[in-house]
Amino acid sequence: MSTLLEELMQERVRPETEHRILICGGIPCRSLGCRKVQEALDEELQQKGLAGQIPVDVIGCIGDCSQGPSIIVYPEGIVYQKLGPDDARTIVREHIIGGRVVEELLHRDPHSEEIIRKREEMPFYREQTRLVLRNCGVISPHIDDYLKYRGYAALARALAEMTPEEVIDEIKKSGLRGRGGGGFPTGRKWELVHQAHGDEKYVICNADEGDPGAFMDRSILEGDPHSVLEGMIIAGYAVGASRGYIYVRAEYPVALRRCREAIAQAREKKFLGGNILEKGFSFDIEIRTGAGAFVCGEETALISSLHGTRGDPEPKPPFPAQKGLWGKPTLINNVETLANIPLIILHGSHRFTELGTERSPGTKVFALAGKVRHTGLVEVPLGTTLRRIIFDIGGGIPGNKKFKAAQTGGPSGGCLGEEALDIPMDYDSLQEAGSMVGSGGLIILDEDTCMVDLARFYLDFSQDESCGKCTPCRVGSKRLLEILQKITEGKGEERDLETLEQLALLMKNSSLCGLGRAAPNPLLNTLRLFREEYLAHIRERRCPAGVCRSLMRPRINPEICKACGICSRICPSQAITGARGTPYKIDLEKCSDCLRCLEECPFDAITRGGRRLAEAEAMDR
Amino acid sequence: MLPQDQPGIMPGAGKKGNPVPTTGVQEKKLYERLTQALEKYKGKPGVLIAALQEAQEIFGYLPRKAMIHVANELTIPLAEVYSVASFYSLFSTVPAGKTRLEVCMGTACYVKGAEKLLQELQKQCGGSPGKFTSEGRFSVATTRCVGACSAAPVIKIGEELHGEMSPEKLPALLEELTKI
Amino acid sequence: MPKLKLWIDDREVEVEEGTSVLEAARQAGIDIPTLCYLKDLNAPAACRICLVQVEGRPTLDASCVLPAAAGMRVYTHTPEVIAARKQMLELLLSDHPFECLTCERSLNCELQRLAKRYGIRDLHIEGSRNHFPVDDLSPSVVREPDKCIRCRRCLAVCEYYQAVGIYRMVERSFNAVVGPAFNGSLMETPCIYCGQCVTVCPTGALREHDSTARVWEALRDPNLHVVVQTAPSIRTSIGEEFGYPVGTPLPGQMAAALRRLGFDRVFDDCFGADVTVMEEATEFLERLERGGPFPQFTSCCPSWVRFCELFYPEYIKNLSEVKSPQQIFGALAKTYYAREAGIDPSRIFVVSIMPCVSKKYELLRPEMNASGYRDVDAELSTREFVQMLFQAGIDLRKLPEEDFDEPLGHASGAGIIFGSTGGVMEAALRTACEWLTGRELENVEFPQVRSDKYKDAEIQVGDLRLKVAVARGTGEARRLIEALKKGEKEYHFVEVMACPAGCVGGGGQPIYIETNDWNEQVAHRSRRSGGLYELDRRMECRKAHANPAVQKLYRDFLGHPGSELAHRLLHTGYVARRLYAPEPLLKKEHKQKVQPM
Ligand SMILES: Cc1cc2nc3c(=O)[nH]c(=O)nc-3n(C[C@H](O)[C@H](O)[C@H](O)COP(=O)(O)O)c2cc1C
Ligand code: SF4
Ligand code: SF4
Ligand code: SF4
Ligand code: SF4
Ligand code: SF4
Ligand code: SF4
Ligand code: SF4
Ligand code: SF4
Ligand code: FES
Ligand code: FES
Ligand code: FES
Repeated sequence: MSTLLEELMQERVRPETEHRILICGGIPCRSLGCRKVQEALDEELQQKGLAGQIPVDVIGCIGDCSQGPSIIVYPEGIVYQKLGPDDARTIVREHIIGGRVVEELLHRDPHSEEIIRKREEMPFYREQTRLVLRNCGVISPHIDDYLKYRGYAALARALAEMTPEEVIDEIKKSGLRGRGGGGFPTGRKWELVHQAHGDEKYVICNADEGDPGAFMDRSILEGDPHSVLEGMIIAGYAVGASRGYIYVRAEYPVALRRCREAIAQAREKKFLGGNILEKGFSFDIEIRTGAGAFVCGEETALISSLHGTRGDPEPKPPFPAQKGLWGKPTLINNVETLANIPLIILHGSHRFTELGTERSPGTKVFALAGKVRHTGLVEVPLGTTLRRIIFDIGGGIPGNKKFKAAQTGGPSGGCLGEEALDIPMDYDSLQEAGSMVGSGGLIILDEDTCMVDLARFYLDFSQDESCGKCTPCRVGSKRLLEILQKITEGKGEERDLETLEQLALLMKNSSLCGLGRAAPNPLLNTLRLFREEYLAHIRERRCPAGVCRSLMRPRINPEICKACGICSRICPSQAITGARGTPYKIDLEKCSDCLRCLEECPFDAITRGGRRLAEAEAMDR
Repeated sequence: MLPQDQPGIMPGAGKKGNPVPTTGVQEKKLYERLTQALEKYKGKPGVLIAALQEAQEIFGYLPRKAMIHVANELTIPLAEVYSVASFYSLFSTVPAGKTRLEVCMGTACYVKGAEKLLQELQKQCGGSPGKFTSEGRFSVATTRCVGACSAAPVIKIGEELHGEMSPEKLPALLEELTKI
Repeated sequence: MPKLKLWIDDREVEVEEGTSVLEAARQAGIDIPTLCYLKDLNAPAACRICLVQVEGRPTLDASCVLPAAAGMRVYTHTPEVIAARKQMLELLLSDHPFECLTCERSLNCELQRLAKRYGIRDLHIEGSRNHFPVDDLSPSVVREPDKCIRCRRCLAVCEYYQAVGIYRMVERSFNAVVGPAFNGSLMETPCIYCGQCVTVCPTGALREHDSTARVWEALRDPNLHVVVQTAPSIRTSIGEEFGYPVGTPLPGQMAAALRRLGFDRVFDDCFGADVTVMEEATEFLERLERGGPFPQFTSCCPSWVRFCELFYPEYIKNLSEVKSPQQIFGALAKTYYAREAGIDPSRIFVVSIMPCVSKKYELLRPEMNASGYRDVDAELSTREFVQMLFQAGIDLRKLPEEDFDEPLGHASGAGIIFGSTGGVMEAALRTACEWLTGRELENVEFPQVRSDKYKDAEIQVGDLRLKVAVARGTGEARRLIEALKKGEKEYHFVEVMACPAGCVGGGGQPIYIETNDWNEQVAHRSRRSGGLYELDRRMECRKAHANPAVQKLYRDFLGHPGSELAHRLLHTGYVARRLYAPEPLLKKEHKQKVQPM
C-alpha cells in the first residue's frame, strides 16, 4: 500500500492550532464589499510587519450571507460579521496582536441580546445539520485544508477496500436521491451506467444551477470543490468511466476558477490522472462552461451543449445512462449529490440513513432568500418543516410582515402557503403538496408579493429560456405569459382562467423536456392556492398586494375632480394637464408614481389602484 | 435509423474559406488574434461554444464577420455558428455601451424590488431593457441570478457585484462609475 | 431481430425490438398523425402531434420516438389524446398566417390537412405572431418563415442527405425558427439550390421562385417566338397531378398540352441530353488519351456543380466542361435553330420545363450566354407547369398524343434516361463503349449502374477496365470525394445527381405528402424512373450518337464533337466560390405582430 494511501486511511482530523484568518469571498459577501475588508486586513498586517506570518485565505460562502462581509479568526474560530474596512484593522490590532476578542464587533442576537462568538453559537447554524457544507466556511478550498479534514479518505477507502459493485451497493443502501431536482435514486442510476455497454463512459457533474434564486451548488464549488471532485472520482470508479466533465455556468466565474485550481491540485497530488493511488484506476476531469441557458441544466440539453451545439433537449429514452455524451453511457449527477458521496463511503450508508426520512434520507441544502431575516445557505435533514427553516433558522419575516408563501423548486416548482408550514420538506411530501424540493431554491414571500405577478414572472422566465424546439412549450408558454400579462394589466376576463388551466395542463402533458413540463407549475399552483387573488385582478381590477403597476397607478376620477389645478401645479413630472371646467388628466407615460397628487388633491379625486389615499396608504404601511 | 446514428454519414460542413474582408489595421489585428485563438480548436469536436466565447472576448460582442471567420476556420457551417450564438444569452450580436450595468432579475432579486431598480436605472441611464444598446455611456440590461441572492437585489457591473441595492443608492453608484 | 408484443388500442401487435410505437401502430393499420417525423431522416420529437397515451405513464408520449416495449398498452385516440392534438394544432395555428387561399401548398399542405382532419373550426387561443422577412432573393428557393412549423425536415435533408448544412434552429424561445445563418437569405449561404428542402417541407414555408407570370407574358407577346424544352423526367411525373399512377409516361399528352398553352415550338430537352452525351463522351476519350485527370465528373446537374465549386474547388478540374442539357439546348436554340428557322435569335424566348429549381439559378449564371443572348430565358418546375395547365383549363387526360417538333425534338433513349440516377452514366457508356471498341454493343443496357443506391461498378470495355460510380445526393458525393482524397477509391467516370433518384426526385417535382417515411418518399420518386426506362426500351434509337437529329446537327452546324464551335457553345468553365456573404443581403427586420386578443 502506498504511504499516501495509508495516511489517508487514518481516521484523524487535524484542527487548526495557529492564528489564521479566513475571509468569506462568497458572491453575496463580495457584493457587500468583502474585497475592501480584505484589502484593509492585508494593509494592516503589512503595516504591523505581520504579512506572510498570519495566513489570510479567501474561502467560500460561510452561510449566513446577509450578515456579510464575514471573517473567521482561528484558532479560536471567532466569527466577525458585517465588517467594514476599519473594523478589519481593529481586529488585526486587538485580536491578532492583542490577543483580545473584539467584543464590540461580535454579532449580537437581536432577540436574546446574547453575544455570539462562534458559528456554532448562532441560531442560524445551531439549528442546521451541516454535512455537505461541513467544510464550507470552515476551511479554505485548498487541497491541503481538505486533506486535514479527511479529504480523499473516502476515495482511498473505495479504491482499496471496495469493488465498484460494492460502492454502488453502498450508495444504493444509503437511499441517496439526486439533489438536482428529479430526486432519482443515485445508486440505481450508477447501476444503470455500470451495466450499460460501452467502450467508454463518462461522468458529468451538473453545475449549471440555472434556477434563479438558488446558489447551493455555487457555494459548494467555491467553498469545498474537492468534495465534488472526490465524489466524481468515486463515481467514475463505480460506473467504469475514465473521464469526467464539470459543466459550470459561465455566470459563476469564481466557482470556475476554484474548480480549475482544485483540479490542478488534485492532479498534482495524483488523485486525478493515471493509476490513482496506485490502484490501477485512471480518471481525469475537464471543465466546460455554459453560456447562459437555463435549459442546459436539463441533462440531455446539457449533453447537447457539451457537444458544442445549442442546448437542445432530446427525447428520453434513450436515457443518458444508455446513450449520452458522444453516444456513450453517461452518468449525470448534481454537485450536491456528488458532494454527499465521500460522506457515505467514509461513514457508511447506515449513518446517512439516520438522517432525514425513510424515503428521503440525508440532508438537503436550501438557498434561503427573499423576505426572510437571515438569508443564505441552510442545510437541514430532509423532512424538516418549513416553519423551522423560516422562523427558527431564518429568523422570521423582516418588517413585521406576514408570511404569505414559500416558493420551492424555482420556475419548475410551486408555492407552499401558510397551511404547508408544518409539512415535512421531503421529496414525496412536497410533491403531494403540489410543489417540489427541486434544486433547493427556497424563496420566502411576504404579504407584499402578488402571486399573479409571481406566476407571470416565472412564466416570463420559462418562456425566455424555452429552447423553442417543441410546440407546446414554444407557443404554449408564450400564450400563458400573454394571458397573465393581460391579467396583471387589469385586462383579464374570467374565462381566461379556464384557458390558462387547459393550456398549462397541455404543456405539462406533452412537452418534450422537463422545462416545458414543469414551466406551468407555478401557475397551476398559485391558481389553486391563491385563486381569489387572480379573481381580484380580473373582477375588481385590483392587485391586493399592490404590486401590479398598471393596477396601481394614479387616476383622476372625473366625477369628483373639480378642476382646481392643484395637482397639475405640484406634479414634479408635469404629468397632469387640464383646463378650467373640465376634469384634469394624468399622462401615465410621464408619471413617475410619486403619488404627491394623491396627497394634495383637496377633493380626494385621485385614486390609486382604485383606492383613495387612506386605503392606499394602509396598503403601503 | 436516423442519419445521425448511421456510420459513415457526413453532415453538412464548411471549408477553410477565404479570409473575411477587413478594413483598417486595427480590425485586421483583431482577426489575426482570433485566428490564433482558434488554432487549438481545429479538428476537435464540441468546441464551438468555447471558440465563440473567445471571439466575444476579443471583439466585445460577436460581429457577423467574426462568426463567418469562426465558421471558416473551424469548417463548421455558419448556420451552426449562428444557431449557437443566437441561443445562448451570453453571446451578444450587437456592441454594447462602455459600462454595462446588469440588474439581476432572478427570483430573489425580483421579489425584493429589482423591477423598480431597473426602471429607475433606465430612467437615469436611458436605453431599453433586455439587450445592451450601443448608445451612451452606460448600457443597462437584465441578467439571470448571479448567485448573490442573499444580498438581493443585485446589480452587476462588469465582474463586480453590488448587493442590497435600492433606487436611492443609484445616484451615488453612477456618480462613482462616471469618475472612473 | 427479437420480437416483442404490445397492445395498441387493445389489439395485440407483434413488432421487432427497437420499433417505435408509431411504426408499430402503423403496422397494425392504425394511423397516427405526424408533422415533424420523417422516418429514417428526421425524428426530433418537436411537433408533438403524434401523442398517444401509454397505460401507466403520467403524461402523453410522442409515439414517433417512443420505443415499443413488451406488454405496453397504447391508446391512440382517447378523447384526451384527440383533445391534446387539437390543442397542439391550435397552438401551431395561433402563430401561423391564415393565408391558405393564397398559399402555394394549399390542398397539398400537411398542416392544413391535419387542421381539416381534426376539425379545427376556431382558435380558442390567440396572441402575438412572429413576422419574419420573406426571403425571395435567391433565384430558386423562396422562404416564408411565417409558415414554418419548426419541424426541421428541411434541416435534416439538407444536413444529412445533401451534406450542405444550410439550416439550423436559430434564435430561441418564441422567436426560434428554422432558417439559415442570421435567419437571412439563402443567397448569403452556400445553398446549392437543389430544392430538396422544398420537397420535404410539410407547409408552404419553402417554395420555388415563381416564373409562371413571366412565361405567360412571353406567350402573349406577339413579337416573341417562344420555344419550350421539356426535361426527360417530367414526362413520367406530371401524370401524378392528373390522377395517373406514379411513373406513367405521358410524353405525347405533354407535347399536346404545351402546344395548347401556346408555345410556338415544342422541343425535347432529351435532344440536348443526347448532345451532352456526344460532347461528354468525347471529353472522356480525350482524358483517357491524356491520362486524366480522373475521375471525370458529370456536370449536367447545376446543384452538384455548385456544390463542387463551393466545397471542393480542388476538384473543379475533374468536372466535365460540357454544359448541362438545358444550357446546351438553349445555346443551340438561339444559334442552330434560329438559323434553320430563319428567326432572329433576339426574338426567340426559350422556356425550359424541368423537375428542378436549381436550373432557375443555372440559367442566370453570367457565362450562360454563349449564343450572344441569355441562352435560356425562363424555367418552370414541374409544379409550375401543372399550375399553368390548370390555369389554362387543360386536362392531360383529355388530350391526344402528339409528337415533338423538329429539329430539336428528336431524342434517343439515351437522352430519355438522363432523368434517372445512373441514366447519365448509362447514356455515356452506350456511346463511349462503342467509340472505344469500334464495335456495336449487343446489349445497350447497363444494369450495373442502375440502382437507387450509391453504386460503383467495373465495366470491361475492350482491354480497358472502366471504373465508374453513380452518386445520388451531394451527401453521397461528399463521401465519395472524401474517399477519393484518402485514396480509398479510384474511378474513371463518376455521375453525380444532387437529388434522390436523380431528376425524377428533383426539387421541382410534384410534392408527395402521403407518406411520412423518407425511404418510401425516395421509392415513390424512383418509380418515376420506371417510366423512363420503359420509354427507352420502346425506342428504336437508344444511343445518342445514333440519333439522326444529332447526326444532322453535327453535320450541318457543329462539325464534329469537341469542335471549336462546340467548345464555344456547349462547353463552359467553373470557379471556386466564397461560402458566405460578408454583409447581409436581406435587411428587413423580424417583428412580432400583436394580434388583438
Ligand atoms: C429545465 C431543467 C433544468 C435543470 N437544471 C438543473 C441544474 O441547474 N442543476 C442540476 O443539477 N440539475 C438540473 N436539472 C436536473 C437534471 O436534468 C438532472 O436530472 C440532474 O442533473 C441529475 O442529477 P441528480 O440525479 O444528481 O439530481 C434540470 C432539469 C430540468 C428539466
Ligand atoms: S419543453 Fe421547452 S425547453 Fe424543452 S424541448 Fe420543448 S421547447 Fe425546448
Ligand atoms: S387636485 Fe384634484 S380636483 Fe384639483 S384638478 Fe387635480 S384631481 Fe381635480
Ligand atoms: S404620481 Fe406624481 S408624477 Fe404621477 S401624476 Fe401624480 S404627482 Fe405627477
Ligand atoms: S402553409 Fe398550409 S396552413 Fe399555412 S397558409 Fe399555406 S396551406 Fe395554409
Ligand atoms: S375553404 Fe372556406 S375559407 Fe377557404 S375559400 Fe373555401 S369557403 Fe373560403
Ligand atoms: S435548396 Fe438544397 S442546399 Fe439549399 S437549403 Fe434546400 S436542401 Fe439545402
Ligand atoms: S421550413 Fe418547412 S421543413 Fe423547414 S422546419 Fe419549417 S416547416 Fe419544417
Ligand atoms: S438532380 Fe436534376 S432535378 Fe436535382 S438539382 Fe440536379 S438537375 Fe436539378
Ligand atoms: S457569501 Fe459570505 S457568508 Fe455567504
Ligand atoms: S436572484 Fe439575483 S442574485 Fe440570485
Ligand atoms: S413529435 Fe412525433 S411527429 Fe412530431
